[in-house]
Amino acid sequence: MGNPIQTDALIIGAGPVGLFAVFELGLLNLNCHVIDILNKPGGQCAQLYPEKPIYDIPAYPVITGQDLTENLLKQVKPFSPIFHHEQLADKIRKQKNGNWLVETDKGLVFDVKAVVVAAGGGSFEPKKPNIQDLDKYSKSIRYSIDRVDHFKNKDIVILGGGDSALDWTLQLYDIAKSLTLVHRRDKFRGAPATVEKVMGLRDAGKIQFHVGQVNEIIGSDGNLTAVKCVKENKILDLPCDILMPFFGLTMSLGPVDKWGIDLSDERIVVSTETFETSIPGIYAVGDINTYPGKLKLILSGFHEAALMAHAVFKRINPDEKHTLQYTTTSSSLQKKLLNQ
Amino acid sequence: MVVINFISSKGILKSVNATEGETIMDCAKNNDIHEIEAECGGGCSCATCHVYIQDEWVHKLDAPTEMEEDMLDFAIDVKENSRLSCQIKIDKALDGITIQTPEKQF
Repeated sequence: MGNPIQTDALIIGAGPVGLFAVFELGLLNLNCHVIDILNKPGGQCAQLYPEKPIYDIPAYPVITGQDLTENLLKQVKPFSPIFHHEQLADKIRKQKNGNWLVETDKGLVFDVKAVVVAAGGGSFEPKKPNIQDLDKYSKSIRYSIDRVDHFKNKDIVILGGGDSALDWTLQLYDIAKSLTLVHRRDKFRGAPATVEKVMGLRDAGKIQFHVGQVNEIIGSDGNLTAVKCVKENKILDLPCDILMPFFGLTMSLGPVDKWGIDLSDERIVVSTETFETSIPGIYAVGDINTYPGKLKLILSGFHEAALMAHAVFKRINPDEKHTLQYTTTSSSLQKKLLNQ
Repeated sequence: MVVINFISSKGILKSVNATEGETIMDCAKNNDIHEIEAECGGGCSCATCHVYIQDEWVHKLDAPTEMEEDMLDFAIDVKENSRLSCQIKIDKALDGITIQTPEKQF
Protein backbone atom coordinates (compact mmCIF):
# COMPACT_ATOMS: atom_id res chain seq x y z
CA MET A 1 0.00 0.00 0.00
CA GLY A 2 1.45 3.37 -1.01
CA ASN A 3 1.35 6.56 1.05
CA PRO A 4 -2.27 7.59 1.49
CA ILE A 5 -3.50 10.80 -0.12
CA GLN A 6 -5.15 12.89 2.60
CA THR A 7 -8.15 15.06 1.89
CA ASP A 8 -11.58 15.85 3.32
CA ALA A 9 -13.79 13.88 0.95
CA LEU A 10 -13.26 11.28 -1.72
CA ILE A 11 -15.88 11.37 -4.44
CA ILE A 12 -16.36 8.16 -6.38
CA GLY A 13 -17.65 9.06 -9.82
CA ALA A 14 -16.99 12.14 -11.95
CA GLY A 15 -20.43 12.36 -13.52
CA PRO A 16 -22.56 15.49 -13.21
CA VAL A 17 -23.62 14.75 -9.64
CA GLY A 18 -20.08 13.89 -8.49
CA LEU A 19 -18.87 17.16 -10.01
CA PHE A 20 -21.59 19.20 -8.37
CA ALA A 21 -20.76 17.49 -5.05
CA VAL A 22 -17.26 18.99 -5.41
CA PHE A 23 -18.89 22.41 -5.73
CA GLU A 24 -21.18 22.07 -2.72
CA LEU A 25 -18.40 20.65 -0.53
CA GLY A 26 -16.08 23.39 -1.79
CA LEU A 27 -18.48 26.13 -0.68
CA LEU A 28 -18.11 24.68 2.82
CA ASN A 29 -14.31 24.71 2.59
CA LEU A 30 -14.06 20.97 2.16
CA ASN A 31 -11.46 19.70 -0.30
CA CYS A 32 -12.07 16.77 -2.62
CA HIS A 33 -10.33 14.21 -4.71
CA VAL A 34 -12.42 12.53 -7.39
CA ILE A 35 -11.87 9.07 -8.86
CA ASP A 36 -13.57 7.60 -11.91
CA ILE A 37 -13.31 4.37 -13.87
CA LEU A 38 -13.44 6.25 -17.19
CA ASN A 39 -10.56 8.19 -18.72
CA LYS A 40 -12.45 11.51 -18.66
CA PRO A 41 -14.94 13.32 -16.47
CA GLY A 42 -18.66 13.38 -17.26
CA GLY A 43 -19.78 9.84 -16.49
CA GLN A 44 -22.72 8.60 -18.56
CA CYS A 45 -23.22 12.11 -19.98
CA ALA A 46 -19.79 12.00 -21.57
CA GLN A 47 -19.57 8.27 -22.25
CA LEU A 48 -23.05 7.25 -23.37
CA TYR A 49 -24.61 10.38 -24.81
CA PRO A 50 -22.17 13.32 -25.16
CA GLU A 51 -24.01 14.73 -28.21
CA LYS A 52 -27.56 14.11 -27.06
CA PRO A 53 -29.60 17.07 -25.87
CA ILE A 54 -30.87 17.08 -22.27
CA TYR A 55 -34.01 19.16 -21.72
CA ASP A 56 -34.60 18.95 -17.98
CA ILE A 57 -31.66 20.78 -16.43
CA PRO A 58 -33.12 23.84 -14.66
CA ALA A 59 -32.40 27.09 -16.50
CA TYR A 60 -31.05 25.27 -19.56
CA PRO A 61 -33.84 24.79 -22.11
CA VAL A 62 -31.46 22.41 -23.85
CA ILE A 63 -27.87 21.34 -23.22
CA THR A 64 -25.76 18.40 -24.42
CA GLY A 65 -24.13 15.94 -22.03
CA GLN A 66 -20.73 17.22 -23.12
CA ASP A 67 -21.59 20.89 -22.53
CA LEU A 68 -23.14 20.09 -19.16
CA THR A 69 -19.91 18.35 -18.17
CA GLU A 70 -17.76 21.23 -19.38
CA ASN A 71 -19.87 23.80 -17.53
CA LEU A 72 -19.67 21.79 -14.31
CA LEU A 73 -15.89 21.51 -14.67
CA LYS A 74 -15.76 25.29 -15.01
CA GLN A 75 -18.01 25.67 -11.98
CA VAL A 76 -15.82 23.49 -9.72
CA LYS A 77 -12.54 25.00 -10.91
CA PRO A 78 -12.24 27.49 -8.01
CA PHE A 79 -12.09 24.53 -5.63
CA SER A 80 -9.24 22.80 -7.47
CA PRO A 81 -10.46 19.22 -7.12
CA ILE A 82 -7.91 16.56 -8.07
CA PHE A 83 -9.11 13.94 -10.53
CA HIS A 84 -7.77 10.41 -10.75
CA HIS A 85 -9.07 8.65 -13.85
CA GLU A 86 -9.27 4.96 -14.71
CA GLN A 87 -9.44 4.10 -11.02
CA LEU A 88 -11.99 1.75 -9.52
CA ALA A 89 -12.72 2.11 -5.80
CA ASP A 90 -11.98 -1.37 -4.55
CA LYS A 91 -11.47 -1.74 -0.79
CA ILE A 92 -12.49 0.38 2.14
CA ARG A 93 -11.38 0.24 5.77
CA LYS A 94 -12.33 2.32 8.75
CA GLN A 95 -9.49 3.75 10.83
CA LYS A 96 -9.30 4.31 14.58
CA ASN A 97 -9.72 8.09 14.20
CA GLY A 98 -12.97 7.61 12.24
CA ASN A 99 -11.41 8.34 8.85
CA TRP A 100 -11.77 5.98 5.92
CA LEU A 101 -8.99 4.38 3.91
CA VAL A 102 -10.10 3.71 0.35
CA GLU A 103 -7.89 1.74 -2.01
CA THR A 104 -8.35 1.66 -5.79
CA ASP A 105 -7.72 -1.27 -8.11
CA LYS A 106 -4.55 0.48 -9.30
CA GLY A 107 -3.22 0.82 -5.75
CA LEU A 108 -3.99 4.49 -4.98
CA VAL A 109 -4.92 4.95 -1.32
CA PHE A 110 -7.00 7.80 0.12
CA ASP A 111 -7.29 8.73 3.78
CA VAL A 112 -10.49 10.75 4.02
CA LYS A 113 -13.07 12.01 6.47
CA ALA A 114 -16.00 11.23 4.19
CA VAL A 115 -16.60 8.98 1.19
CA VAL A 116 -19.20 10.12 -1.32
CA VAL A 117 -20.43 7.47 -3.75
CA ALA A 118 -21.68 9.28 -6.84
CA ALA A 119 -21.22 6.34 -9.15
CA GLY A 120 -24.43 6.57 -11.22
CA GLY A 121 -25.31 3.21 -12.68
CA GLY A 122 -22.12 1.80 -11.17
CA SER A 123 -18.77 1.27 -12.77
CA PHE A 124 -18.47 0.74 -16.48
CA GLU A 125 -17.19 -2.65 -17.54
CA PRO A 126 -16.81 -4.29 -20.94
CA LYS A 127 -19.77 -6.22 -22.33
CA LYS A 128 -18.98 -9.90 -22.70
CA PRO A 129 -20.11 -11.85 -25.74
CA ASN A 130 -22.55 -14.70 -25.11
CA ILE A 131 -20.20 -17.62 -25.77
CA GLN A 132 -20.23 -20.82 -23.76
CA ASP A 133 -17.23 -21.35 -21.45
CA LEU A 134 -16.01 -17.80 -22.01
CA ASP A 135 -15.02 -17.48 -18.35
CA LYS A 136 -12.90 -20.64 -18.50
CA TYR A 137 -10.59 -18.88 -20.93
CA SER A 138 -10.42 -15.56 -19.13
CA LYS A 139 -6.63 -15.36 -19.43
CA SER A 140 -6.92 -15.61 -23.24
CA ILE A 141 -9.64 -12.99 -23.47
CA ARG A 142 -8.69 -9.33 -23.29
CA TYR A 143 -10.90 -6.27 -23.16
CA SER A 144 -8.01 -3.84 -23.00
CA ILE A 145 -4.30 -3.86 -23.59
CA ASP A 146 -1.80 -3.45 -20.81
CA ARG A 147 1.46 -4.45 -22.46
CA VAL A 148 1.70 -4.68 -26.20
CA ASP A 149 4.42 -7.38 -26.03
CA HIS A 150 1.84 -9.85 -24.65
CA PHE A 151 0.42 -9.81 -28.16
CA LYS A 152 3.67 -10.50 -29.99
CA ASN A 153 3.55 -13.47 -32.38
CA LYS A 154 0.06 -14.40 -31.27
CA ASP A 155 -2.96 -15.29 -33.35
CA ILE A 156 -5.39 -12.53 -32.43
CA VAL A 157 -9.10 -12.34 -33.18
CA ILE A 158 -10.79 -8.97 -32.64
CA LEU A 159 -14.60 -8.75 -32.49
CA GLY A 160 -16.58 -5.59 -33.17
CA GLY A 161 -16.74 -2.64 -35.53
CA GLY A 162 -16.35 0.47 -33.37
CA ASP A 163 -13.35 2.65 -32.67
CA SER A 164 -11.82 0.29 -30.09
CA ALA A 165 -11.91 -2.72 -32.42
CA LEU A 166 -10.43 -0.69 -35.28
CA ASP A 167 -7.80 1.14 -33.22
CA TRP A 168 -6.48 -2.08 -31.69
CA THR A 169 -6.43 -3.71 -35.12
CA LEU A 170 -4.12 -0.95 -36.33
CA GLN A 171 -2.02 -1.13 -33.19
CA LEU A 172 -1.52 -4.89 -33.13
CA TYR A 173 -1.53 -6.24 -36.70
CA ASP A 174 2.19 -5.89 -37.31
CA ILE A 175 3.35 -7.52 -34.08
CA ALA A 176 0.77 -10.32 -34.13
CA LYS A 177 1.38 -13.60 -35.90
CA SER A 178 -2.05 -13.16 -37.46
CA LEU A 179 -4.91 -10.78 -36.86
CA THR A 180 -8.51 -11.46 -37.81
CA LEU A 181 -11.25 -8.89 -37.45
CA VAL A 182 -14.82 -10.22 -37.19
CA HIS A 183 -17.80 -7.88 -37.39
CA ARG A 184 -21.49 -8.47 -38.00
CA ARG A 185 -21.63 -6.28 -41.10
CA ASP A 186 -19.22 -4.69 -43.56
CA LYS A 187 -19.92 -1.19 -42.29
CA PHE A 188 -17.95 0.30 -39.44
CA ARG A 189 -18.78 2.86 -36.85
CA GLY A 190 -15.26 4.23 -36.47
CA ALA A 191 -13.66 7.42 -37.73
CA PRO A 192 -13.57 7.34 -41.57
CA ALA A 193 -9.77 7.64 -41.73
CA THR A 194 -9.39 4.68 -39.36
CA VAL A 195 -11.87 2.58 -41.33
CA GLU A 196 -9.95 3.37 -44.51
CA LYS A 197 -6.66 2.26 -42.94
CA VAL A 198 -8.15 -1.01 -41.72
CA MET A 199 -9.67 -1.74 -45.13
CA GLY A 200 -6.27 -0.98 -46.67
CA LEU A 201 -4.70 -3.62 -44.42
CA ARG A 202 -7.36 -6.11 -45.47
CA ASP A 203 -6.83 -5.39 -49.18
CA ALA A 204 -3.08 -5.77 -48.72
CA GLY A 205 -3.61 -9.16 -47.05
CA LYS A 206 -2.12 -7.97 -43.77
CA ILE A 207 -5.23 -8.78 -41.79
CA GLN A 208 -8.21 -11.06 -42.35
CA PHE A 209 -11.70 -9.62 -42.16
CA HIS A 210 -14.90 -11.65 -41.90
CA VAL A 211 -18.51 -10.52 -41.77
CA GLY A 212 -19.85 -12.96 -39.24
CA GLN A 213 -20.14 -13.89 -35.62
CA VAL A 214 -17.92 -15.91 -33.31
CA ASN A 215 -20.10 -18.32 -31.38
CA GLU A 216 -17.76 -21.01 -30.08
CA ILE A 217 -14.29 -21.04 -28.58
CA ILE A 218 -11.87 -23.94 -28.43
CA GLY A 219 -8.82 -24.58 -26.30
CA SER A 220 -7.43 -26.46 -23.34
CA ASP A 221 -6.25 -25.63 -19.81
CA GLY A 222 -7.68 -22.15 -20.06
CA ASN A 223 -5.68 -21.34 -23.21
CA LEU A 224 -7.54 -20.62 -26.40
CA THR A 225 -6.39 -22.25 -29.63
CA ALA A 226 -9.19 -21.40 -32.06
CA VAL A 227 -12.61 -19.83 -32.42
CA LYS A 228 -15.49 -20.80 -34.69
CA CYS A 229 -16.98 -18.03 -36.78
CA VAL A 230 -20.30 -18.31 -38.56
CA LYS A 231 -20.10 -16.57 -41.93
CA GLU A 232 -23.05 -16.82 -44.32
CA ASN A 233 -24.10 -20.24 -42.98
CA LYS A 234 -20.56 -21.57 -43.21
CA ILE A 235 -18.44 -22.18 -40.17
CA LEU A 236 -14.83 -21.01 -40.27
CA ASP A 237 -12.18 -22.18 -37.83
CA LEU A 238 -9.94 -19.26 -36.99
CA PRO A 239 -6.65 -19.82 -35.12
CA CYS A 240 -6.78 -17.77 -31.95
CA ASP A 241 -4.49 -17.35 -28.93
CA ILE A 242 -6.12 -14.11 -27.79
CA LEU A 243 -9.73 -13.07 -28.32
CA MET A 244 -10.57 -9.39 -27.97
CA PRO A 245 -14.30 -8.58 -27.88
CA PHE A 246 -15.20 -4.89 -28.22
CA PHE A 247 -18.96 -4.54 -27.74
CA GLY A 248 -18.92 -1.40 -25.65
CA LEU A 249 -19.45 -0.96 -21.95
CA THR A 250 -22.12 -1.76 -19.46
CA MET A 251 -22.57 -0.75 -15.84
CA SER A 252 -22.55 -2.75 -12.64
CA LEU A 253 -22.40 -1.82 -8.99
CA GLY A 254 -18.89 -3.29 -8.76
CA PRO A 255 -16.86 -3.61 -5.53
CA VAL A 256 -19.14 -1.19 -3.60
CA ASP A 257 -21.43 -4.21 -3.43
CA LYS A 258 -19.05 -5.80 -0.92
CA TRP A 259 -18.59 -2.83 1.39
CA GLY A 260 -21.42 -3.91 3.69
CA ILE A 261 -23.64 -0.92 2.88
CA ASP A 262 -27.41 -1.60 2.93
CA LEU A 263 -28.70 -2.00 -0.60
CA SER A 264 -32.12 -2.28 -2.13
CA ASP A 265 -32.45 -3.62 -5.65
CA GLU A 266 -28.76 -2.89 -6.39
CA ARG A 267 -29.07 0.70 -5.19
CA ILE A 268 -27.62 2.22 -2.02
CA VAL A 269 -30.17 3.05 0.65
CA VAL A 270 -29.72 6.58 2.06
CA SER A 271 -31.32 8.97 4.52
CA THR A 272 -33.04 11.80 2.66
CA GLU A 273 -31.90 14.26 5.31
CA THR A 274 -28.16 13.61 5.05
CA PHE A 275 -27.70 11.25 2.11
CA GLU A 276 -25.66 9.12 4.46
CA THR A 277 -25.73 5.36 3.86
CA SER A 278 -26.18 2.70 6.53
CA ILE A 279 -22.49 3.21 7.33
CA PRO A 280 -21.73 6.58 8.97
CA GLY A 281 -19.24 8.61 6.97
CA ILE A 282 -20.18 7.01 3.65
CA TYR A 283 -22.66 9.00 1.58
CA ALA A 284 -24.38 8.25 -1.73
CA VAL A 285 -25.84 10.76 -4.21
CA GLY A 286 -27.30 10.57 -7.70
CA ASP A 287 -28.56 7.55 -9.62
CA ILE A 288 -26.75 5.08 -7.38
CA ASN A 289 -28.91 5.76 -4.32
CA THR A 290 -32.49 4.95 -3.50
CA TYR A 291 -35.09 6.27 -1.08
CA PRO A 292 -38.88 6.55 -1.08
CA GLY A 293 -39.91 8.71 -4.01
CA LYS A 294 -36.48 8.66 -5.68
CA LEU A 295 -36.40 10.05 -9.21
CA LYS A 296 -33.34 9.19 -11.26
CA LEU A 297 -32.80 12.68 -12.62
CA ILE A 298 -29.64 14.78 -12.76
CA LEU A 299 -31.47 17.61 -10.99
CA SER A 300 -32.36 15.32 -8.06
CA GLY A 301 -28.68 14.46 -7.77
CA PHE A 302 -27.78 18.16 -7.54
CA HIS A 303 -30.20 18.64 -4.65
CA GLU A 304 -28.86 15.53 -2.94
CA ALA A 305 -25.29 16.82 -3.30
CA ALA A 306 -26.16 20.05 -1.46
CA LEU A 307 -27.77 18.25 1.49
CA MET A 308 -24.97 15.71 1.60
CA ALA A 309 -22.33 18.47 1.72
CA HIS A 310 -23.96 20.13 4.72
CA ALA A 311 -24.24 16.76 6.49
CA VAL A 312 -20.57 16.03 5.79
CA PHE A 313 -19.63 19.45 7.17
CA LYS A 314 -21.52 18.77 10.40
CA ARG A 315 -19.94 15.35 10.74
CA ILE A 316 -16.43 16.75 10.31
CA ASN A 317 -17.03 19.88 12.43
CA PRO A 318 -19.57 18.80 15.05
CA ASP A 319 -18.89 21.79 17.29
CA GLU A 320 -18.76 24.51 14.68
CA LYS A 321 -21.77 26.77 14.30
CA HIS A 322 -22.98 26.43 10.77
CA THR A 323 -25.31 28.73 8.89
CA LEU A 324 -26.35 28.57 5.28
CA GLN A 325 -24.66 31.24 3.21
CA TYR A 326 -25.74 32.46 -0.20
CA THR A 327 -23.37 32.93 -3.11
CA THR A 328 -25.23 36.15 -3.98
CA THR A 329 -24.53 37.84 -0.66
CA SER A 330 -21.71 36.09 1.18
CA SER A 331 -18.43 37.91 0.69
CA SER A 332 -16.43 34.90 1.87
CA LEU A 333 -18.11 32.62 -0.68
CA GLN A 334 -17.61 35.20 -3.40
CA LYS A 335 -13.95 35.45 -2.53
CA LYS A 336 -13.59 31.69 -2.91
CA LEU A 337 -15.50 31.60 -6.17
CA LEU A 338 -13.71 34.51 -7.80
CA ASN A 339 -10.26 33.60 -6.60
CA GLN A 340 -9.62 31.28 -9.53
CA MET B 1 -54.89 -0.59 -27.42
CA VAL B 2 -52.46 -2.76 -29.30
CA VAL B 3 -51.34 -6.22 -28.18
CA ILE B 4 -47.63 -6.98 -28.07
CA ASN B 5 -46.43 -10.55 -27.53
CA PHE B 6 -43.08 -10.96 -25.83
CA ILE B 7 -41.41 -14.36 -25.84
CA SER B 8 -38.56 -14.75 -23.38
CA SER B 9 -35.31 -16.56 -24.19
CA LYS B 10 -36.74 -19.48 -22.24
CA GLY B 11 -39.79 -19.54 -24.50
CA ILE B 12 -42.31 -18.03 -22.11
CA LEU B 13 -45.00 -15.90 -23.75
CA LYS B 14 -46.33 -12.74 -22.15
CA SER B 15 -48.94 -10.76 -24.06
CA VAL B 16 -49.49 -7.19 -22.95
CA ASN B 17 -51.55 -4.18 -23.92
CA ALA B 18 -49.55 -1.29 -25.28
CA THR B 19 -50.41 2.30 -26.00
CA GLU B 20 -49.89 3.72 -29.45
CA GLY B 21 -47.04 6.20 -29.54
CA GLU B 22 -44.93 4.54 -26.87
CA THR B 23 -41.94 2.45 -27.89
CA ILE B 24 -41.60 -1.31 -27.60
CA MET B 25 -38.97 -0.59 -24.94
CA ASP B 26 -41.40 1.59 -22.91
CA CYS B 27 -43.99 -1.16 -23.19
CA ALA B 28 -41.49 -3.80 -22.03
CA LYS B 29 -40.35 -1.72 -19.05
CA ASN B 30 -43.95 -0.95 -18.07
CA ASN B 31 -44.79 -4.63 -18.11
CA ASP B 32 -41.75 -6.05 -16.31
CA ILE B 33 -40.18 -7.76 -19.29
CA HIS B 34 -36.91 -8.37 -17.47
CA GLU B 35 -34.80 -9.40 -20.43
CA ILE B 36 -34.89 -5.81 -21.66
CA GLU B 37 -32.45 -3.69 -19.66
CA ALA B 38 -32.61 -0.28 -21.38
CA GLU B 39 -29.73 1.14 -19.36
CA CYS B 40 -29.76 4.51 -21.13
CA GLY B 41 -33.53 4.89 -20.85
CA GLY B 42 -34.37 4.93 -24.54
CA GLY B 43 -31.70 7.16 -26.06
CA CYS B 44 -30.31 4.65 -28.58
CA SER B 45 -27.07 4.90 -26.61
CA CYS B 46 -26.50 1.53 -24.98
CA ALA B 47 -27.84 -1.42 -27.01
CA THR B 48 -29.34 -3.09 -23.94
CA CYS B 49 -32.94 -3.09 -25.20
CA HIS B 50 -32.03 -5.49 -28.02
CA VAL B 51 -34.83 -7.74 -29.29
CA TYR B 52 -35.52 -10.17 -32.15
CA ILE B 53 -38.54 -9.46 -34.31
CA GLN B 54 -40.46 -12.53 -35.46
CA ASP B 55 -39.74 -13.01 -39.17
CA GLU B 56 -43.18 -12.19 -40.56
CA TRP B 57 -43.13 -8.84 -38.77
CA VAL B 58 -39.64 -7.70 -39.77
CA HIS B 59 -40.76 -6.06 -43.00
CA LYS B 60 -43.74 -4.36 -41.44
CA LEU B 61 -41.38 -2.13 -39.47
CA ASP B 62 -39.56 0.89 -40.82
CA ALA B 63 -35.96 -0.06 -41.54
CA PRO B 64 -33.50 0.79 -38.76
CA THR B 65 -31.78 4.13 -39.04
CA GLU B 66 -28.03 4.43 -39.43
CA MET B 67 -27.85 5.39 -35.74
CA GLU B 68 -29.69 2.23 -34.70
CA GLU B 69 -27.50 0.05 -36.96
CA ASP B 70 -24.40 1.61 -35.42
CA MET B 71 -25.66 0.95 -31.93
CA LEU B 72 -26.61 -2.64 -32.80
CA ASP B 73 -22.87 -3.25 -33.28
CA PHE B 74 -22.68 -3.13 -29.49
CA ALA B 75 -25.48 -5.61 -28.87
CA ILE B 76 -24.79 -9.23 -28.02
CA ASP B 77 -25.84 -12.08 -30.39
CA VAL B 78 -27.07 -9.85 -33.18
CA LYS B 79 -29.08 -11.62 -35.91
CA GLU B 80 -30.78 -10.58 -39.16
CA ASN B 81 -33.97 -9.80 -37.23
CA SER B 82 -32.29 -7.82 -34.44
CA ARG B 83 -33.63 -4.40 -33.49
CA LEU B 84 -33.34 -1.98 -30.60
CA SER B 85 -36.77 -1.82 -29.01
CA CYS B 86 -36.38 1.85 -28.03
CA GLN B 87 -36.39 2.75 -31.72
CA ILE B 88 -39.70 1.08 -32.58
CA LYS B 89 -42.79 3.22 -32.05
CA ILE B 90 -45.98 1.30 -31.54
CA ASP B 91 -48.91 1.95 -33.88
CA LYS B 92 -52.05 0.04 -34.92
CA ALA B 93 -50.19 -1.81 -37.64
CA LEU B 94 -48.13 -3.57 -34.97
CA ASP B 95 -51.16 -5.10 -33.24
CA GLY B 96 -50.23 -8.71 -32.50
CA ILE B 97 -46.49 -8.39 -33.21
CA THR B 98 -44.31 -11.08 -31.63
CA ILE B 99 -40.97 -10.13 -30.20
CA GLN B 100 -38.37 -12.42 -28.74
CA THR B 101 -36.07 -11.13 -26.01
CA PRO B 102 -32.44 -12.31 -25.89
CA GLU B 103 -30.86 -14.34 -23.12
CA LYS B 104 -28.53 -11.51 -22.26
CA GLN B 105 -28.08 -7.82 -22.99
CA PHE B 106 -24.44 -7.58 -21.87
